[in-house]
Amino acid sequence: MPRCETNMDTTETFQKDWALEQEDTLHPPMVTVEIAGKVYQVPAGITLLKALWYTGHEVIRGAGCLGGFCGACATYYRTKDDPKVKTCLACSFAVEDGMAFSFAPPFPARKAIYQISELQDPKQDLFELYPEAPMCRNCNACTEACPQSIDVREGVWRAVFGDFKSVSDMFMNCVMCGLCAPVCIADIAPNLVAIYASRVQGAHFTEKPKDIEARIKAIEEGQYEKDWERILRMSDEELQQATVSCP
Amino acid sequence: MNLRALQDIVHQTREFRCTQTIPKLTVAEREKLIRQYHPDYREQAYQTIRFGPNAGDRTVRELAMLLEGDSPIPADFPLTPDYTVDVLVIGGGGAGCAAALHAHAQGAHVLLATKLRLADSNSIMAQGGMQVAVAPDDSPIQHFLDTLRGGHMKNDHQLLKVMVEEGPLITKWLIELGVLFDRSPDGNLQVKTGGGSSRARLLTCSDYTGLEIMRVLKDEVLNQNIHVLEFAAAVELLSDEEGTCTGAILRDLDNKRFIVVAAKAVILATGGIGRLHIQGFPTSNHYGATGDGLALAYRIGAPLVEIDTFQYHPSGAVYPEQLVGALVTEGIRSEGGHLVNAKGERFVNELDTRDVVSSSIIRECQEGRGVRTASGRVGVWLDTPLLELEHGQGTLDKHFPAMVRQYERFGVDIRKEPVLIYPTLHYQNGGVKIDVNSETPVRNLFVAGEASGGLHGRNRLMGNSLLDLMVFGRRAGLAAAARAKMIAQGKLSLAHLERFRAEARKHGVSNQVISPAILPAYTKTS
Ligand SMILES: Cc1cc2nc3c(=O)[nH]c(=O)nc-3n(C[C@H](O)[C@H](O)[C@H](O)COP(=O)(O)OP(=O)(O)OC[C@H]3O[C@@H](n4cnc5c(N)ncnc54)[C@H](O)[C@@H]3O)c2cc1C
Ligand code: SF4
Ligand code: SF4
Ligand code: FES
Repeated sequence: MPRCETNMDTTETFQKDWALEQEDTLHPPMVTVEIAGKVYQVPAGITLLKALWYTGHEVIRGAGCLGGFCGACATYYRTKDDPKVKTCLACSFAVEDGMAFSFAPPFPARKAIYQISELQDPKQDLFELYPEAPMCRNCNACTEACPQSIDVREGVWRAVFGDFKSVSDMFMNCVMCGLCAPVCIADIAPNLVAIYASRVQGAHFTEKPKDIEARIKAIEEGQYEKDWERILRMSDEELQQATVSCP
Repeated sequence: MNLRALQDIVHQTREFRCTQTIPKLTVAEREKLIRQYHPDYREQAYQTIRFGPNAGDRTVRELAMLLEGDSPIPADFPLTPDYTVDVLVIGGGGAGCAAALHAHAQGAHVLLATKLRLADSNSIMAQGGMQVAVAPDDSPIQHFLDTLRGGHMKNDHQLLKVMVEEGPLITKWLIELGVLFDRSPDGNLQVKTGGGSSRARLLTCSDYTGLEIMRVLKDEVLNQNIHVLEFAAAVELLSDEEGTCTGAILRDLDNKRFIVVAAKAVILATGGIGRLHIQGFPTSNHYGATGDGLALAYRIGAPLVEIDTFQYHPSGAVYPEQLVGALVTEGIRSEGGHLVNAKGERFVNELDTRDVVSSSIIRECQEGRGVRTASGRVGVWLDTPLLELEHGQGTLDKHFPAMVRQYERFGVDIRKEPVLIYPTLHYQNGGVKIDVNSETPVRNLFVAGEASGGLHGRNRLMGNSLLDLMVFGRRAGLAAAARAKMIAQGKLSLAHLERFRAEARKHGVSNQVISPAILPAYTKTS
């Protein structure tokens, strides 16, 4: 019993959040969807994830942030009469009539292990860590698989050419769903190549901000101690009014 | 009338609104507004906790039930450890990852157990940014004062001093790990203004700050070969004869088996509570935000603080239905976006503290100046197109790509259309009481991040949570590792649970609720 099924309050309150129980959506139009091969009727317009709950599925793997940021709900779907299977994030994508979908299973891609601060020549090290990266055959399947519309193929090439800055910009919205990896005919896990390049860009190729060093030094040297003494002795009323001069 | 028609008033009144300045409320006005409209003051939503460390205190019903709830573990449960480690970290969000990395760096043998996948958390969704006093016109003390005023002067001064002073240091750590904070042209960290702050102090990674930080931290946890157990939810803590914490029992959510972990120190980093849907509010939180850490800590005897106050983020999406509860980043207001009622009027200084802004939105809606959607929800407008007009076309794409995408998926173009918002349950202001090393009054039990309490007083300022996670995650990791070096593994027992159950019986509590909740019960059973 890992869930709070007995907790009526919680269940009830959820009902209020449950879009379908709203006044004029009491009888929402229903659509037909196929979930992992079975056909169900679900209210139009709800997310794929809510459709799973609605049809009685218990979801443990397959849900995470519920906000489109974590990639846990990576899903394959196909719309009516279209042969193309596409991908989406089930927590942030709406059902439509005739849609078929199922969760993408976890994919055991290989992640290279490295010590970020010890990398001597990170652009060259990429080829040691991910020797498959330059083997990209331009099939573009990764780009087509990406629910975040990242130009993944281009990103892999930029990483290979050492343009880590572009990679870090291009993959800023990568939710690490991993959907780009199983499709790769060269066994590249583009998202893992990208996070490497992006971290390297931050740790090795971006100027260290001077302000922060100055502030750390000021704190360590006790520049604020006098003010702290004054401030920490104050009453709430005094604190409400207090001002400090910034160095 | 359809929503698009109702929007017209926002476009028509824009020019006039831009000439207005709405003053922030005085302290007295704030208190009055909040008392009248903030959900924290709805008496009927609260009850008194009957027993345990906080007996006699008030909290919301949903939480009280779980605190008084029973453990899934029977008294005679065999406690043979499956794992024996120095430090057990429970929770794989920002606080948990920071704690695990720092404990590991001190040479501790660390196990990180988390309920979902590593990094699936509230932390990954943080868009607004992280407050750190780095700018030349700013100082840790100014940060301290702003936070205190935002927290209604109830913040723990010592915890707060630690947070503001260690902010720059922890930021440096993140940068060295490769986190790409936005920079200004001179190479320094770019700072943005956040609600309730007197200085520009928010560090951002466009509007993917949490995602960028969590991607890096997760990658780093894996690089350090820290042992991670995913889909493993803590359901009970373990204690020795002196009542100190000695480990935990986890439940493997894949095969439903229990896992016993012996640990010299335990760090709870289980995050918040939004999925309890307090007072029926929708929430911005992740799937696992069910307040598990509070229930676990409470049963072993750790007191909680400020658990009668929650943060309702002013801007939760109201439309389209699929987004209900989801967060609309505060950044929009930080960059000048107006809040507009159904009559086309501004009604609050958009950069006032969250509790003030939320209360004022609730007031507008209660008094009939809200906008109603077809599904019966009510909200007020957030004027997003204004940003395009004020700061130039492309501003939204450049500064808020995540939000543009969030709405585009459902056919709403926020560059042209304002969005409807209403407060959403966002953050648990209080939590388990900790000291400056993140330790609770129960020895060897540490709590870091949103699950802890005291630091934010009665209202957390925007951007202070990410900083809290990193600073106290680090402190918890360091202190737990140091403790583990000094002590031997204590005995594993459920003595605290026996005491807890005796208390429950004494108070006639048998509400049948099994706690912690672990996941919300969303699956429709019929
Ligand atoms: C949408 C959103 C936007 C936000 N934006 C900002 C922002 O811009 N700036 C800011 O400073 N703050 C922001 N916050 C607040 C901040 O993100 C959170 O307070 C913070 O991330 C909490 O971090 P945490 O590590 O304590 O918990 P979380 O990040 O939530 O992590 C908790 C972890 O514990 C796990 N867990 C829970 N229960 C158990 C259990 N029983 N056993 C094992 N594991 C368990 C969870 O699965 C999760 O992995 C935002 C919050 C949300 C929801
Ligand atoms: S790049 Fe790959 S992992 Fe990242 S969002 Fe796209 S498909 Fe998912
Ligand atoms: S799927 Fe692989 S081979 Fe094809 S374009 Fe992407 S990286 Fe290259
Ligand atoms: S649950 Fe995180 S992206 Fe869908």
